[in-house]
Amino acid sequence: MSIVVSALGYTYHPGTPLETVALEDISFQLEPGQWISVVGHTGSGKSTLAQHLNGLLPPQRGSVEVDGIPCRKGEGRLREIRRIVGLVFQYPEQQLFAETVFDEISYAPRNWSCPEQEVERRVRTAAERLGIPEATFQRSPFHFSGGEKRKIAIASVLAASPRYLVLDEPTAGLDTTSRKELLALLKELRSSEGLGILLITHDLEMALEMSSRILLLHEGRRFFWGTPDELLPELTERNAVRLAPPDILALSSRLLSRGCSVPLTWDWETLANALNRDPSFILRKNEADECAS
Amino acid sequence: MPQEFVCDLREVWYTYSGARAPALRDISLRIQRGEWLGILGSNGSGKSTLARVMNALLIPTQGACFVEGFPTSDTASLWEIRRRMALVFQNPENQIVGATVEDDAAFGPENLGFPPDEIRSRVRSALAVTGLSAKAGKPTYTLSGGEKQRLAIAGALAIDSPCLVLDEPTAMLDPVGRAEVLDVLASLHAQGRTILYITHRLEETLLCSRVVVLNNGAVVADGAADDVLSADACGGWGLEPPPLLLLRKALIDSGRIPSDTLPSYTALEAALCPSS
Repeated sequence: MSIVVSALGYTYHPGTPLETVALEDISFQLEPGQWISVVGHTGSGKSTLAQHLNGLLPPQRGSVEVDGIPCRKGEGRLREIRRIVGLVFQYPEQQLFAETVFDEISYAPRNWSCPEQEVERRVRTAAERLGIPEATFQRSPFHFSGGEKRKIAIASVLAASPRYLVLDEPTAGLDTTSRKELLALLKELRSSEGLGILLITHDLEMALEMSSRILLLHEGRRFFWGTPDELLPELTERNAVRLAPPDILALSSRLLSRGCSVPLTWDWETLANALNRDPSFILRKNEADECAS
Repeated sequence: MPQEFVCDLREVWYTYSGARAPALRDISLRIQRGEWLGILGSNGSGKSTLARVMNALLIPTQGACFVEGFPTSDTASLWEIRRRMALVFQNPENQIVGATVEDDAAFGPENLGFPPDEIRSRVRSALAVTGLSAKAGKPTYTLSGGEKQRLAIAGALAIDSPCLVLDEPTAMLDPVGRAEVLDVLASLHAQGRTILYITHRLEETLLCSRVVVLNNGAVVADGAADDVLSADACGGWGLEPPPLLLLRKALIDSGRIPSDTLPSYTALEAALCPSS
């Protein structure tokens, strides 16, 4: 049981002047209960990769298998794959279409011909998870703010009870509270239900904090694959791949290179504690004050 | 005659039809010429509604909004209002209409009926300011996200709008694209344009000359960025200071760095390890 991506390659508009290689030789594996973050600059191939994971794009080179089922056109198994892999698109709120919140969230379970009682249970569970009050079920989803629409769209994917969740920039445009809530929910789904999560993001801090593994794409190729800790030393040099290192990581790396005894970290509390433990920083500050006076 | 305030909101309330609660509650706000005003708030706090009220896309259900002295409720003034206050949306894909970069930037001045020479010169300078001159003849679909958003800003500049309202213009961009857009805004502000910048990213408002925080449709804070950002109340508004600000505060509190250290990692580094 896992999603296995092997030597995947994809080219847009092959054989035309617009030919663009979007992915080349990408291999990795996503197991249930695992959290993989895919990071990379705009145009690095992240969204193209996501669309391969539930059969929206068939591989041109290499292969993708979901729990043993190959993602290929013409095998009649795409429907199965789409039940197993829930895909939350970038800006899912732009894809809302139903007249009421309830109809929106119940779309997938109704498509799978669940009995109405089961549909209702799934809608309630998914809505509750996202903090969508029942009182809003009969309202139009279009009357909500951007962040609230996002929650409705994610609830409608969860209502299909997928085994894996692929999310393309799910926190872009969300405020910090909603972002924290969403990440806590994903974390919970991962540990309580063993959901495998693949999250596409520009947000390195989020990737470092949440992931078991990180895949860094650059111009369609695998630039890095490993644990967050293994990625840290790489990141400080990664402006070349259009990813700004998190501020705290940049600061800790600069301090390290100047001989300070601090850990390489992206976590502000870890760095604050290290700096507050080291008496030399107070001395240096006093020296600086003396120089200034 | 130029008015003192670019935008003057007087006890503005707005309630969407069918909604039970108002989206804006009793907002009084005066925006001066040349200000870079950051409008902060969590999702659903009323930020985008406020932007639409200021652009006369929505008319207050109570109270009044004036743009350069023109009341937004007067439909005869719409033309005057919209050429003075240009709205740039979150999603750059939704606001590009031209096939090529220069066609797109020319869309606004064409609609205003300028002669061709005037249009060409406006487009040329708008593309120069936004760093897109080299892309002038390129199809718009070849642009990156950051470039598209800069093109949307160029469109607003080509109609010579003295005031730009930007509704989360960096939300869809990667860190490099975000920095590109902020650089353009900083230079426009330095040239005296008024910028109303809507965001929920606290760190982006550090560049603003003034920050207004909206919560649940009402203004809950109005002041200099540093005062608003250091407020412990941020959490209650659904906002959270970025990690660098939290570190800065912890180091100031423990006496490691001077209290006037700027909130950037290079400033923190310099304060921690003076080069002397």
